[in-house]
Amino acid sequence: MTSTNYDPRILKAPHPVPGAPDNWKRFFSFNTDAKVIGIQYIATSLFFLLVGGLLAMIVRGELITPPADLVDPTVYNGLYTMHGTVMLFLFLFPILNGFNNLLIPTMIGAPDMAFPKLNAAAFWLVPVFATVLMGSFFAPGGPASSGWWSYPPMSLQNPLGHFINGEFLWILAVALSGISSIMGAINFVTTIIRMRAPGMGFFKMPVYVWTAWAAQTIQLVGLPALTGGAVMLLFDLSFGTSFFRPEGGGDPVLFQHFFWFYSHPAVYVLVLPVFGIFSELFPVYARKPLFGYRFVALASFGITFLSLIVWAHHMFYTGTPNWMRHVFMFTTMLIAVPTGVKVFAWLGTLWRGNLRLNTPMLFCLGGLFNFIFAGITGVMLATVPIDIHVGNTYFVVAHFHYVIFNTIAFGVFAGIYHWFPKFTGRMYYEGLGKVHFGLTFIGATLNWLPLHWAGLLGMPRRVASYDPEFAIWNVIASIGAFMLGVASIPFILNMVSSWARGPQAPPNPWRAIGLEWLLPSPPPAENFEDDIPTVISEPYGYGLGHPLVEDEEFYVRRSQEA
Amino acid sequence: MTTSAPKNGPNVGAIVIISIAVAINLVIAKLMATWSYSWFPPQASSAASYVDDLFALETGIGSFIFFGCTGVMGWVLLFNRAGKYDESDGAPIEGNTKLEIIWTIIPLVTVFAIAAYTMNVNMKLQTLGPKHKYAIGSDPTTLVSFDPTAEIGPIDVIARQWSWEFVYPSGVRSSELHLPVDQRVNLRLISQDVLHSFYVPAFRLKQDIIPGSIISYSLTPTKEGRFRLRDAMFSGAYFSQNQTDVIVESEQTYDGWLKATAKQPLQPGLDPGRPLYDRRLSRGDKGWATVPPAPAPMVNDPGDPSLPHDA
Repeated sequence: MTSTNYDPRILKAPHPVPGAPDNWKRFFSFNTDAKVIGIQYIATSLFFLLVGGLLAMIVRGELITPPADLVDPTVYNGLYTMHGTVMLFLFLFPILNGFNNLLIPTMIGAPDMAFPKLNAAAFWLVPVFATVLMGSFFAPGGPASSGWWSYPPMSLQNPLGHFINGEFLWILAVALSGISSIMGAINFVTTIIRMRAPGMGFFKMPVYVWTAWAAQTIQLVGLPALTGGAVMLLFDLSFGTSFFRPEGGGDPVLFQHFFWFYSHPAVYVLVLPVFGIFSELFPVYARKPLFGYRFVALASFGITFLSLIVWAHHMFYTGTPNWMRHVFMFTTMLIAVPTGVKVFAWLGTLWRGNLRLNTPMLFCLGGLFNFIFAGITGVMLATVPIDIHVGNTYFVVAHFHYVIFNTIAFGVFAGIYHWFPKFTGRMYYEGLGKVHFGLTFIGATLNWLPLHWAGLLGMPRRVASYDPEFAIWNVIASIGAFMLGVASIPFILNMVSSWARGPQAPPNPWRAIGLEWLLPSPPPAENFEDDIPTVISEPYGYGLGHPLVEDEEFYVRRSQEA
Repeated sequence: MTTSAPKNGPNVGAIVIISIAVAINLVIAKLMATWSYSWFPPQASSAASYVDDLFALETGIGSFIFFGCTGVMGWVLLFNRAGKYDESDGAPIEGNTKLEIIWTIIPLVTVFAIAAYTMNVNMKLQTLGPKHKYAIGSDPTTLVSFDPTAEIGPIDVIARQWSWEFVYPSGVRSSELHLPVDQRVNLRLISQDVLHSFYVPAFRLKQDIIPGSIISYSLTPTKEGRFRLRDAMFSGAYFSQNQTDVIVESEQTYDGWLKATAKQPLQPGLDPGRPLYDRRLSRGDKGWATVPPAPAPMVNDPGDPSLPHDA
């Protein structure tokens, strides 16, 4: 055995905060271990997935019949506004930050994040802004109810005149969420650039790390614009300025530019790591190297670059001149090229593979299936004349949920099942996992596929009531939504009981290749600590018969003996 | 499976299977494109056929891609599954530069082609004008010049929370929009409070209405009937009620309606959010806060919301 000397490039992370507990209580403490923080993020987000899902089920309950008869229309507007906000800011962003925390240090062989205390602080902002956001339910006049995009001048209407109101708390929560995300982004990008194990050049990094890097770069460029727009909106709302108020000479459309400059790329912040999860999992369960690894890795940054110049496609019908519509149509459609590269690479990975259809693979295949569909409707939405007809209808809602749930949440579930044994040290129950997948796939398809037709027929989104000709599509969609609610039961059962009493997990139950699988399950506090391996191969060497790191047997043996 | 040495000569069996698969996929894509026309409301404006044709084209291309990709997934699921105790690896194919370049270029060319075609279609719609900002309190209509190619108008379209009002050049006011068939009409879109959107699904057209700005907007209805106009930009509590009808009729009927309506006295027009707001007040204002609806517009023709609409 050649001794793997500590690489001077690697910063030594501080130990967990003195006095931090080392049992289950550590998940409720200010702990600086990235793995603890990752699980804190994921558990918090899954709780809010249930909250957001519950709000969605009331919304779908309202829409199961044409008239507005279940809740008052103002309550309805508050519910779907909060549904969107909770799902984005309290479920999807935090859960992917959870994955980043678990996977980035373990995949690149770093002991921890570059800035462990900043990392913990970024997580603890989540419960803070969650409280602020949920507190808006108790604000006079109710929570924010102008949609998750909060367009002025409607978001500036403050009928009761209170200084503290739902919209005020909403903007505050969004700004805090932005601060938390920027803190996270600085940490993830620094960690990836500075703390890779010896030998791990950029083209030896797993694709998940590439995609996380590309996604967090978008956060650094885009989030300041949204935060700036939010601050200006807050000034208009609370201090009488007129950035967006037409009465004072402001322009409401200006807000839309600020908002979409970040909020369209935000979708790629969410979907890129899921592309990373697909790229990690397909090779494992097809037992093949990732097809075109370098193309896939570089395509991530292609998406990052293009994502920053697509925002005006949300504004094709707001009085935008034709030249601008054509430019933004073109850039939006170009995104199909790097995403297409990825889709074809995954298909190339599956081709002539040796497939194992366990729960993570099922969620990946389901997610890829849905994503191909979502990509096609995405190109349709980019083309100006079609967008003019279907924009702001249920077609957009359907497309958006095909991306955000049927692709991203599917990838998230795949990732949870795949890495569950690694980070909890327990195996999950395959049967419950498959039931969860079946219910989720059928429920999601019933929920969102029919809504494409409702949109093509002209049903606007955000309505509490609708004309009877749309009823059939909405009834099917509501049944699908309730089925998704039911699907959470086997998932919760599986997670709770497996973590409590599941069989002990071996270090590498899937025979996967990657630094994280050379660690014991669950990994110790500082990952490899003083024995950081030297990486000698590209990832995904399935069937190629070469080791990933120097002295691989040593690490395998050590992880098994731990 | 182990890697096999490259064979000499073409693999005839594979070529036959792939050709059959592509042919079947082309037939399905064509069927999907044809079927897609039935997913829309009737075509009632000069823009509609362009939009539907473009959608059919994209449905065709999209279906070909979708069924092609998912066909590969289906094939793999059928024929490349590992047995229960099979621990072996798949074929260790790492990549193929030629193939990767080809499938970067094919989507690139497809995207260029669709974009070029779409720009052409978009120029043909000829419906959208840029917005002109005006100071609150001034008369916005002086800013916008009449579309010289339009035969009718300008008709002012005034959107409020939550009602529509249409003011004709002769001064006639109505709650429903009457238009003569096959004539280009110029509209001036005005909002008095928040963002609204003028959306008639049967016309395949939509234009946001922006407070503080006025937009000159032209279109040509091509089919007689009663079509739904929907507010498509979320506008608050009674947003979903903010709908009215566009009645496209023959020129004679339109002229007759204009003359007869001019003699009608002003009366409260359609105000669909009002009954809901009144019911809310009678229940003790439960529910979260809302701005009260604007007063009903005073119009010569309040319209008849109980009549069934065609689309």
